[in-house]
Amino acid sequence: MMAERLGTKLHQNGAMVIPRSLAAAAVLFYFAGILFPQIQNEADDGQWTMAAKNPASTRYSALSQITTSNVKNLKLAWTFSTGLNKGEEAAPLVVNNTMYIVTPWPNILYALDLTNPGATKWTYSPHPSASSQGTACCDVVNRGAVYYKGKIFYNTLDNYTVAVDATTGKQVWKTLMGDINKGESMTMAPIVAGGKVIVGNSGGEFGVHGWLAGLETETGIVTWRAYHTGPDSQALIGPEFKPFYAQDRGKDLGVKTWQGDQWKIGGGSAWGWISYDPALDLIYYGTSNASPWNADMRPGDNKWTSTLFARKAETGQAVWAYQMNPHDNHDYDAVNENILLDLTIHGQPRKVLAHPDRNGRMYLIDRTTGEVLSAEPFTFVNTSESVDVKTGKLNAVDSKKTGFKTVRDICPAPPGGKDWPPSSFSPRTGLLYIPYNNLCAEMSGTQANYISGTPYLGTDVRMYAGPGGNRGGLTAWDPVTAKPVWKVKEMFPAWSGTVVTAGDVVFYGTMDGWFKALDAHNGNLLWKFKVGSGVIGQPISYKGPDGKQYIAILAGVGGWSGAIVSGGLNAADGTAALGFVNAMADLPKYTTTGGMLYVFSLP
Amino acid sequence: MLLTAACQREKRDLRPAPTRLAVLGTAARESLLQPGGAQAPLEPVNPAEGNAYSISEGQRLFNAYNCSGCHSHGGGGIGPPLIKDVWTYGNDPANLFDTIVKGRPNGMPSWGGRLPEYQIWQIVTYIRSLNKLEPKSATPTRSDSIEQNPHTLTPVPEPKLQ
Repeated sequence: MMAERLGTKLHQNGAMVIPRSLAAAAVLFYFAGILFPQIQNEADDGQWTMAAKNPASTRYSALSQITTSNVKNLKLAWTFSTGLNKGEEAAPLVVNNTMYIVTPWPNILYALDLTNPGATKWTYSPHPSASSQGTACCDVVNRGAVYYKGKIFYNTLDNYTVAVDATTGKQVWKTLMGDINKGESMTMAPIVAGGKVIVGNSGGEFGVHGWLAGLETETGIVTWRAYHTGPDSQALIGPEFKPFYAQDRGKDLGVKTWQGDQWKIGGGSAWGWISYDPALDLIYYGTSNASPWNADMRPGDNKWTSTLFARKAETGQAVWAYQMNPHDNHDYDAVNENILLDLTIHGQPRKVLAHPDRNGRMYLIDRTTGEVLSAEPFTFVNTSESVDVKTGKLNAVDSKKTGFKTVRDICPAPPGGKDWPPSSFSPRTGLLYIPYNNLCAEMSGTQANYISGTPYLGTDVRMYAGPGGNRGGLTAWDPVTAKPVWKVKEMFPAWSGTVVTAGDVVFYGTMDGWFKALDAHNGNLLWKFKVGSGVIGQPISYKGPDGKQYIAILAGVGGWSGAIVSGGLNAADGTAALGFVNAMADLPKYTTTGGMLYVFSLP
Repeated sequence: MLLTAACQREKRDLRPAPTRLAVLGTAARESLLQPGGAQAPLEPVNPAEGNAYSISEGQRLFNAYNCSGCHSHGGGGIGPPLIKDVWTYGNDPANLFDTIVKGRPNGMPSWGGRLPEYQIWQIVTYIRSLNKLEPKSATPTRSDSIEQNPHTLTPVPEPKLQ
């Protein structure tokens, strides 16, 4: 598959020409990284201790044995079967020559001995309630664990946060954080910041009262919990709260931007990614869609759903917030990754975060203040025209607003220009590598009834491929110029994370079961391997006990996009899986289920 | 025979029975393996069987009680599809009734004590109608959910290597 280069030329023989600006930028980044400490240039010990690799969430591996010239020789080193047939969304961890894998429900934690590939050191089974599978909106997935000071922390589908001794596999503590009978579940990968393990709930499709919480790493005691709807006292909004834009300022907006008590069942969960800037002591994360999906049933801006938050890690106190999608019309959660970068924008050094939102726009935001610097579309968008960076307001297109009516040709569809599968950033190329969707939808509003523990939606959806017919792909994005540099099209939505290495290779997987390596400069396909099931996981790169660089990925189709296969859904009903089945009717022809870890290395 | 079916199709029960556990004992067997040889099944009467009004009401209630939130309009999602050939717990009216009242281990909620019995039978009958297990004369020809725009149907190409 030839990458489509944008704004640059290819030689007739296909050789790449690096545009001068890009080459200059790469050199600048490279030396800048040596001269000045930049958040994206953290030292790499060859381990992988958190899902996003580092607190800045760059998913950049400084290992360089595997290069653009030798990646074609990559061979399968070893495999491990999870024995499950649900979506494998987790990133493996590698710490002290041990690999840790969290499975989908029943959320088993495996410790694998890297000095004896494939051998299991121990297994930890938390025995989550089987009934909790009925409150997981989009397959019974888990996005991974985090390692900190001898413990592995992760969440179970039935709302426990657990700490497990990384050496022995013995449970250290287990804290119940939510209630399945309120529609809550937990699927996100925690991080540790400010000495707290930070977790959030899922359930934007169940009318939960969304929250994020910080727990003591030693005891599991909940130090703070911030609710994303409701009064400032519950939202942990206090004197430190200084949002950049006027519409995000005011008292108790989490109540006033709703009618009556609707905020109590208004969603705004925190099931996505958390980044951390240790220098500013701020965590960054986004909140989910508002509940119910039917926007006419919840007049108002519905704060603080679909909002980016900056909070103090130790106390949870909010420092700024920016609502990406006020009065969310299209299930545009703001939970996607926030990649922390120190960049020079318009000649000024800025501490920014890059956030590719579900609404299809790549937000570049000053992470100290919450000021939007740019918000250009990275995929086809017709639901909004622009973002006014002066006012922070999204110019939404009126004809695409949903409610008690049928609206067609909505792009991006509810899973967004991209969903949770995370992007990576290379300080060598200065580019972000974004797995994206190209999906549109028709949405039809119906009456939503709140019955706790059941879905709270009020919308029928049918999705289909966007312009061009490819349902997704990978785009390399220059955050400084706010433009794509190259794009690679995929038949299905690109529902795997990406990792980029110092060998300038980008790895990702596809839903039809190919694990691929691209040239980070131009997107040329350098290598691919057919794995047993579609890939919706997160690749990692680590240094083995033998000193070699390894690339690992959990394959196993499922999740929202793959539910048609993992759930055996019936495509005769296009509204199945919240309308995703209509766009994925052909997926069962390309993949079956089956969770399997694949590890690759050079011979 | 036709006359009987037609009568049932239009039947309305103006005073539906209050809640009681209609499905007891051996009515909703889930195994064909019955030591000592198969026994004659005890078949409780589904009061909504073959009734167009009940199927219509069942569809309305299926949405109102958020069954559609998990099972969509039969294709499934959070829960399994309800348009299918193979049923883990059976698709006789008694089995479906039992499933709704008791719940099932892997996520199906237990609705017992929450819904009136006649409404459960109406939902059961609607689910059976999705599978063409109800008389054609009583089954609506299309769903109440959004109409498909033929231009948005995903084409199903033959698999090919890239």
